Amino acid sequence: MTNQTSKQWAIETQDLDIFYGDFRAVKNVTLKIEPKKITSIIGPSGCGKSTVLRSFNRMNDFIPGAHVKGEVLFQGQNIYDPRIDPVQVRQRIGMVFQKPNPFPKSIYENIAWGAKINGYKESLNDLVEECLVKSALWDEVKDQLQKPALSLSGGQQQRLCIARALAVKPEIILMDEPCSALDPIATLKIEDLMRELSNQYTIIIVTHNMQQAGRASDFTAYFTMDTDRAGSMIEYGVTSQVFTNPTNKSTEDYISGRFG
Amino acid sequence: MQKSISISNGSPESLGIEHKRIFRNNKRWSENIIKMLLTLAGIVSIFTTIGIVYELGKESLLFFNLPGVTLRDFLTGTTWQPTIGKFGVLPLVTSTMITSLVAMFVAIPLGLGAAIFLSEYAADKTRKVLKPLLEILAGIPTVVYGYFALTFMTPILRGIFGQDNVEIYNMLSAGLVMGIMILPLISSMSEDALHAVPRSLRDAALGLGATKFETSIQIVFPAALSGIISAIILGISRAVGETMIVAIAAGSGPNFTFNPFKAAETMTGYIARISGGDLGYDTPDYNSIFAIGLLLFIVTLVLNMVSRAISRKYREVYE
Amino acid sequence: MKNPVNLFSSISYSKDLHLENRQKKASIWKALFRLSTLVGVIVLAILILSIVNQAFGLVAFEDINDRNEFISTSIIDVPKTELIQLIENNLNKNRVRTLDTEKPLLDRSKSDLIRIVESEVFKQRIVDSYPLFQSIFTPNEFKSTVAEKYPDAIMEFKSWFTPQFLTESMSKTPELAGVRTALLGSLLLIVITIVVAFPLGVSSAIYLEEYSRQNTWLSRVIQTNIDNLAGVPSIIYGILGLTIFVRAFEPLTSGRFFGYEGANGRTILAAGLTMALLILPILITNAQEAIRAVPNSLRQASYGLGATQWQTIWHHVLPYALPGILTGTILAISRALGETAPLIIVGAATYISKDPSGLFSNFTALPIQIYNWTTRPQQEFRNIAAVAILVLMIMLLSMNAVAILWRNKIQNKR
Ligand SMILES: Nc1ncnc2c1ncn2[C@@H]1O[C@H](COP(=O)(O)OP(=O)(O)OP(=O)(O)O)[C@@H](O)[C@H]1O
Ligand SMILES: [Mg+2]
Repeated sequence: MTNQTSKQWAIETQDLDIFYGDFRAVKNVTLKIEPKKITSIIGPSGCGKSTVLRSFNRMNDFIPGAHVKGEVLFQGQNIYDPRIDPVQVRQRIGMVFQKPNPFPKSIYENIAWGAKINGYKESLNDLVEECLVKSALWDEVKDQLQKPALSLSGGQQQRLCIARALAVKPEIILMDEPCSALDPIATLKIEDLMRELSNQYTIIIVTHNMQQAGRASDFTAYFTMDTDRAGSMIEYGVTSQVFTNPTNKSTEDYISGRFG
Repeated sequence: MQKSISISNGSPESLGIEHKRIFRNNKRWSENIIKMLLTLAGIVSIFTTIGIVYELGKESLLFFNLPGVTLRDFLTGTTWQPTIGKFGVLPLVTSTMITSLVAMFVAIPLGLGAAIFLSEYAADKTRKVLKPLLEILAGIPTVVYGYFALTFMTPILRGIFGQDNVEIYNMLSAGLVMGIMILPLISSMSEDALHAVPRSLRDAALGLGATKFETSIQIVFPAALSGIISAIILGISRAVGETMIVAIAAGSGPNFTFNPFKAAETMTGYIARISGGDLGYDTPDYNSIFAIGLLLFIVTLVLNMVSRAISRKYREVYE
Repeated sequence: MKNPVNLFSSISYSKDLHLENRQKKASIWKALFRLSTLVGVIVLAILILSIVNQAFGLVAFEDINDRNEFISTSIIDVPKTELIQLIENNLNKNRVRTLDTEKPLLDRSKSDLIRIVESEVFKQRIVDSYPLFQSIFTPNEFKSTVAEKYPDAIMEFKSWFTPQFLTESMSKTPELAGVRTALLGSLLLIVITIVVAFPLGVSSAIYLEEYSRQNTWLSRVIQTNIDNLAGVPSIIYGILGLTIFVRAFEPLTSGRFFGYEGANGRTILAAGLTMALLILPILITNAQEAIRAVPNSLRQASYGLGATQWQTIWHHVLPYALPGILTGTILAISRALGETAPLIIVGAATYISKDPSGLFSNFTALPIQIYNWTTRPQQEFRNIAAVAILVLMIMLLSMNAVAILWRNKIQNKR
């Protein structure tokens, strides 16, 4: 595939508007995500962070009335091109959700399922092990792969969900507040894991935790809500830059905790 | 309120005690009576059960005490001919089983298909139209279904499979129509079960690049399985206990056959026919309906209890 | 950019190649799921059409008594007085008296008199009938058969659904039969059922929801018991009614205890009591749901003002829950209206032309009439069975519509 720009961005949006019915939830998002880096999206509640994130792998398609205006480019291709099957998009761009949501199946099945439906031909056992190792869960569960996934702790479940996403071999992993339901120790484990994974994957994470964004991400995008309740991105850059020297007053207020 | 005003005119020392005593005693008295009456109302339903069990049991005992009737012959005999003293219930049981089986062949695939469509695919507007229509189907009296089986389904079956092969009264027609009758029960209960599966599970599967179909069948459906099974079992119990459709369309006269094209009377059909006639209260035929009724009661009760036990399990998972 | 399947450059495994097949499979199944839903709707349509189909259509009449022996012109030209003469001269005295007490002959309309003369003096009878759709699409087929078999017959398009059908009582001749007795029976039956089941059901629901919050063993037993009763086949309730109300309580249900001349316990009272027991579990469950929907804050507000439990229930909980309870009751009643099997067992009469006169009269009901007519071999009985079904379904649908509209109205108000 040819790409027009000299640089191959992981995701690129141009004047993206996202609607729920008539309500414009997000407007004018122009954003370029650096590949194999961690980008965090922060902002006050309701400003459309989840909405933007879900638009990156077309999870909003399942919400009646939700639609976008503008383009979301993945490797130079608009994923909203009518010729593209959204299933294909989600195979390339995986997602980890706010609340751990393992399937009511065994640990093994949780990981193997996504690969199976996608026609994975090689050894599933190896794949399961590989993904569990990558998600730093292998040592804890290697003897109990047939146990129900719901019997794991919340932090383990969330790492299982990450392992499950890895098994489909995506290029990008979207994470929507993946640690909000976890205790601090489990949170740190996930952050380490993200760092580890960023060698191979592009990671985009929505978080309410400023320390987390500061610690764990390379780039930060700050969203806020306008008077018409539409969210928009008003600051984007290298994390250290955004945190220490924001160009926008609102960003500074938010980061230093005087807002939201 | 009235009381407290009148009492407040009394001496201040007695006020507290007096006030309390009169107030409380009066209230308690009427409250307790009311509570007792309500409890009695609740107990009526227990008497219903006791009545059913007692009467079925007592009259069945009379039946089994008749000369020549034994429990063993009753449960294993293949001829039901009271006039010659043959009381083998199997012909009635097999026809009940065949009509129910045919019904479930219709109701399970269609009911589950409809449940999945309504819960996973249909847009809100579509569902708002389709669901009430299926509910109408559930509210149609069974005698109307019986009429439909006899005047519509049977002629069609006879047209398709040949007048010589399909009898005017036949188990297939009754079973097919019974399946339609049970369809809304299975679809609405299964839809509830599918609906109770959290959205996050669907998101997880879709986020892994599964199609909607794969998500519905491989993730949502198994997660709702206990609710679905409980619906199916309840459907079977409905089919076994259904009377009017089989009484009208399946034929009158016990017949030990496994051929659904043939006429054969079911347990319920037999009870309806015998008690509908002007039989004396102490004939063997009359007594026999209680033994069959008892069998029917036990089978449906067990099915219902199993169904509820299973559905309770699925509620526990998600609540 | 041209081929959507290969839009993405790096391929980790063969997922793209599978996708097309997977999506094909998915859309086939989706079509099947949609089809199964539609089958239900289509069958509903067919069912209604097949009943309408039987309720109208071509019929062939023949006079048993040659009308030329009575009149010389077409009946339309016969004056009213002459029609009355014909009736008075040719029908037996009792029949004339009955007709006269129903409505004096002199006050009757001409068309009414013509109807009586044709059916009772000429004894015009339907000899053959044909369903609606065939009457519309292939009428000639019917005409030629009739012309062959009944050369004297007159052919006509007939709606079996006539006003007389509602006001006439049973008859052995299908075209003269009506459902008045059955309709009155059904209505009285339902009144008895409500009067018995409603207070019992609502009281039980109050007990279970308000008084047994503590989850005592008694309330658990009652609750389990109600759940079990809800699944008992209706025919078993029939057996219960037969043994308890018809036989054991015979002195009461036949009315002998109260000085009536009841012949046996197979009365409308016994049937109503049976039906009340049958709908009790449904009614209780529906009422429980309505009571459970009452917000707890309402109860707490009432208790906070020093109200007792019963005051709280009577003044706050019940008024709030009432619309729900009543809707649930209507739904339970509509179940009772269509139930047939228990009535057969407690001994509804299949042929009776006397209207129910009280609690202790023998009776018939609409579903019993439908059952009875359905099982007759003659086509004409199927026709009137279809009309009776239409009457029953219209009653049921309007009851349900009232319940639903009512519920929506109340819900919108809140
Ligand atoms: N399914 C939906 N239908 C309609 N409106 C929605 C839907 N989901 C979100 N919204 C609206 O879109 C806006 C953005 O919501 P979104 O969930 O993206 O915010 P968020 O930034 O993720 O908030 P939080 O930090 O609380 O998760 C909100 O105004 C919300 O009300
Ligand atoms: Mg969010």
